[in-house]
Amino acid sequence: MSATAPARISPGHVTDPPDAAPRRRLRSRWWLPYVLLVPAVVFELLVHLIPMVTGIWISLVKLTQQYLRNWSEAPFLGLGNYRVSLDVHGAVGRALLQSFLITCAFTVLVVGIAWIAGMAAAVALQRKFPGRGLFRTLFLVPYAIPIYAGIIAWKFMLQKDTGALNHLLFDNLGLPGEKPFWLIGGNAFWSLVIVAIWRLWPFAFLMLMAGMQSVPEDLYEASAVDGAKPFRQWRSITVPMLRPVNVVLVLVMFLWTFNDFNTPFVLFGKTAQPPAGDLISFHIYNASFLTFNFGYGSAMSVLLLLFLLVVTVAYLLFVNRRSQRA
Amino acid sequence: MEAKNKAIAAATAVAALSMVLAGCAGGGGTAADNGTGKTTITYWASNQGTSLDNDKQVLTPILQEFTKQTGITVDLEVIGWNDLQTRIQTAVTSGQGPDVVNIGNTWGAAFQSTGAFAQFDGKNASAIGGLDRFVKTALDAGGAPGKTPTSVPLYGLAYGLYYNKAMFAAAQLQPPTTWDELVTDAKKLTHGDQWGLTLAAGSYTENIHFAFLTSAQNGGEFYDASGKPTFDTPENVAGIKRYLDLMQLHKAANPADAQYDNASSSAADLASGKAAMFLSQNNADSTLKADGMKPGDWGVVPLPAPGDAKAQISTFPAGINISVFDYTKHLPQALEFVKYMTSPDVQAKLAVPYSVLPVLGSADAKFTTDADEAKVFMDAYQNRSKPLPQVASEGDFESTIGKGISGLFAQIATGKTVTDADISAMLDNAQQQVEAAG
Amino acid sequence: MRETTGARVFRIVTVVVLSLFTLFPIWVMITSSVKPLGEVLDSFTWWPQHITFQPYIDIWRTVPLAQYFANSLIVCTAATAVSLVIAVFAAYAVSRWRFRGRGVFTTTVLSTQMFPGILFLLPLFLIFINVTQATGIPLIGTRLGLVITYLTFSLPFSIWMLAGYFDAIPRDLDEAAKVDGTGSMGALWHVLLPAARPGLVAVGIYSFMTSWGELLFASVLTNGPTQTLAIGLQQYSTQVNVYWNQIMAASLVVSVPIVVAFLLLQRSFVAGLTAGAVK
Repeated sequence: MSATAPARISPGHVTDPPDAAPRRRLRSRWWLPYVLLVPAVVFELLVHLIPMVTGIWISLVKLTQQYLRNWSEAPFLGLGNYRVSLDVHGAVGRALLQSFLITCAFTVLVVGIAWIAGMAAAVALQRKFPGRGLFRTLFLVPYAIPIYAGIIAWKFMLQKDTGALNHLLFDNLGLPGEKPFWLIGGNAFWSLVIVAIWRLWPFAFLMLMAGMQSVPEDLYEASAVDGAKPFRQWRSITVPMLRPVNVVLVLVMFLWTFNDFNTPFVLFGKTAQPPAGDLISFHIYNASFLTFNFGYGSAMSVLLLLFLLVVTVAYLLFVNRRSQRA
Repeated sequence: MEAKNKAIAAATAVAALSMVLAGCAGGGGTAADNGTGKTTITYWASNQGTSLDNDKQVLTPILQEFTKQTGITVDLEVIGWNDLQTRIQTAVTSGQGPDVVNIGNTWGAAFQSTGAFAQFDGKNASAIGGLDRFVKTALDAGGAPGKTPTSVPLYGLAYGLYYNKAMFAAAQLQPPTTWDELVTDAKKLTHGDQWGLTLAAGSYTENIHFAFLTSAQNGGEFYDASGKPTFDTPENVAGIKRYLDLMQLHKAANPADAQYDNASSSAADLASGKAAMFLSQNNADSTLKADGMKPGDWGVVPLPAPGDAKAQISTFPAGINISVFDYTKHLPQALEFVKYMTSPDVQAKLAVPYSVLPVLGSADAKFTTDADEAKVFMDAYQNRSKPLPQVASEGDFESTIGKGISGLFAQIATGKTVTDADISAMLDNAQQQVEAAG
Repeated sequence: MRETTGARVFRIVTVVVLSLFTLFPIWVMITSSVKPLGEVLDSFTWWPQHITFQPYIDIWRTVPLAQYFANSLIVCTAATAVSLVIAVFAAYAVSRWRFRGRGVFTTTVLSTQMFPGILFLLPLFLIFINVTQATGIPLIGTRLGLVITYLTFSLPFSIWMLAGYFDAIPRDLDEAAKVDGTGSMGALWHVLLPAARPGLVAVGIYSFMTSWGELLFASVLTNGPTQTLAIGLQQYSTQVNVYWNQIMAASLVVSVPIVVAFLLLQRSFVAGLTAGAVK
């Protein structure tokens, strides 16, 4: 027997399975896949899709506090909100662009490092050793702690004079110089990155560890007999076998990190967001809820959606092309 | 076929059980008439006490008394400041929610322009006992000038300069009466681990308040008569510079204060002796007591103005207002409740646990036993106050300029220098954002 | 297969570094939860000067923690259970059939992850109001509304991951089961679900934890009696003071059951189940 090549996940591309089973039996229950999808479709429509479409409509009107009560009376602006958001010479557009760039840098760093950490931990804990169960649990603890609590603990640790981090670096390890600020100024960006990684990497670890359990032991043994070193084994067995998991994992990590609202919100508080840590999700929240300007917030969200859609499609095309070559 | 049936049966059972569990015993959110024929109104109160639980304990006897007097039951929910604005917005959007709600009075004009709140015109005004019993500046602060108010003052708050009596006595100083004295006193009190002043320099709400007050002392305005923003003026820049210089030029405030996003952190510094002075609203009394200071350990003087100030402004009429949603089905009962909450009796009872000033012109300040402190705050609230701009974009005004100032404090704290040109650029930027928001 | 030295060094270094990184804030949380508030606000010390368990007593009074805990447990368990069932069905369809509209379905479901959650908030609120008026089922201020919201939030990722886990299980096994006469649903129940068990557990954990920490929608869709833990923890930061030590204590108290559950569940990741099935 052989493991079939992992199926490609490609939007909009309907292909036949490589090992087509006899059609007769499948055709008689052609309605089965649709029936299986019905519950998912119902909930998605109710909670995700209809609100999203409503959100897109909001982006085309001027929905401020005057019209909040009666949305149908809000004046139609067409692409007015978009024009203001994209005008990089104006204050609003400039701020949005800056927030976007900061978020890009943030996302690349966080997803990259969190994935590496998750993969490293999954590989390190692959082989049984005494206490493995304990470490598995320990690594998942940041994930188990409520989001608010974990981030507030870091906020507490990052205080300049009374915080644990500066105490460790300067009082205990004896680094030279003044204790820096972590929550304001340029360092705020790095604080965000560290806290986000702390929260995200256990999730990557969890998914990769689950995926690795499906990789048969005998593949490693066979390759060891052929003289393969551990790194070679990782590169030639583990990574390809984890492909279906990784394709989705990396994409989802990217989307979540890009849209991360909780980390800046809790770390800096509603009133003290530093410019260096202005992530786009909070930026949009500020433009809509805090200032009652929902039209702007919606327009910015739609722009964000379009950007992420483009990135996702490009990513999936790239991934599928590689699998076609492989 | 067995396995399929088993699977589906199991799945359905789990799903059904979970839904039932989730659905049962969940509370509903809207007002109702209970079976005995009495009316119940829903009231959303804001967090004024040491915790939401504390607020409930303080308010419950008051509400029970109301029920005894009128037969109307009040369904209370206390909501933290993190969530209150968003929840009110959802209530406005959906037309469903409480009957009566507390709002920060700076939200007054913005909520007024939604049209979702009952107007206190002739009939409604007399139902709550008339509007002229309120302190005039407080009443004006809750809505746009010239328009019928949709909220009335409930709790009053004013700014004052708190100082540590022991530290002043040790340095043989008198509390300052002008801005220059404030600076010299603060510098003299800054030595070693001690700072003359503590500022909530990371809180955009505190920052915009002081930008407004220093500018008002200079005779400046942030909006012109027709309601258009005029942020970048010499008086405004000078006012903000004065405030920033407390940390930048005079080095009388700890740069680490740039991290304080909440006035209570600064209050804690005063209580623990890390700082000698602190600019705050009068509800800091609660925090100082909770942090171990006793009344009498601290004194209060009005926020000082420069010797050549155009106006002796030391506060804006801050506080909490109370509003009635106009979708309410129980308008007479809701108005009755508003009248009760703003009656002299209830005002006196709530003053101490919340450390607030009375909003009624005739009342005395009961929130403290320190007569001098009471006098200072009442005087400021009634005679030395100027309302914040009463425009619908007030929220934008606060957040853009306030955050700009927080950013400038952050620059100072991390060692950069902030000049008048920087302040001017920040105000320009803020004005553009407010204008773009329309 | 013996472990090489290189692999061994890698393993030890990785475990040590990641353990320290993970433990640092947890240690701070534990020690801060037993310090009096004054000491917590002062400079950080690795070990408390005064140890007091008062915060652990206060947390239940400052905020109705037990009630919030119960609410969170009910809501998150219900949302996870229902979400898993729906996701399994949908993932099965996506993985095993090439039906018309498959691409549209997967793209649409994935695109919901790209829209910032905050903009769903007001429209969702309105939809719930309308549904309540039309059907009489209370959705606002109830746990049911929150369950419906949360289960949908975790659906897209759950469907995608489960489809991926299912894809990695060879179709031969399904076919073999069907030849034995059990039909498609039987193949799901007897073959796919056991083989994808680690994936199911992982997705279940993800689904639960997503609901567990969600803050924004909980604050709007619930009221006093139905509020969840996420909102409750925020309430230790009040108008008067930020009770750091109580926040840490409460966080630890509510995390302990979760961590214990993790400890018990991690045995489900044991290899060998699937290795056997593949043969």
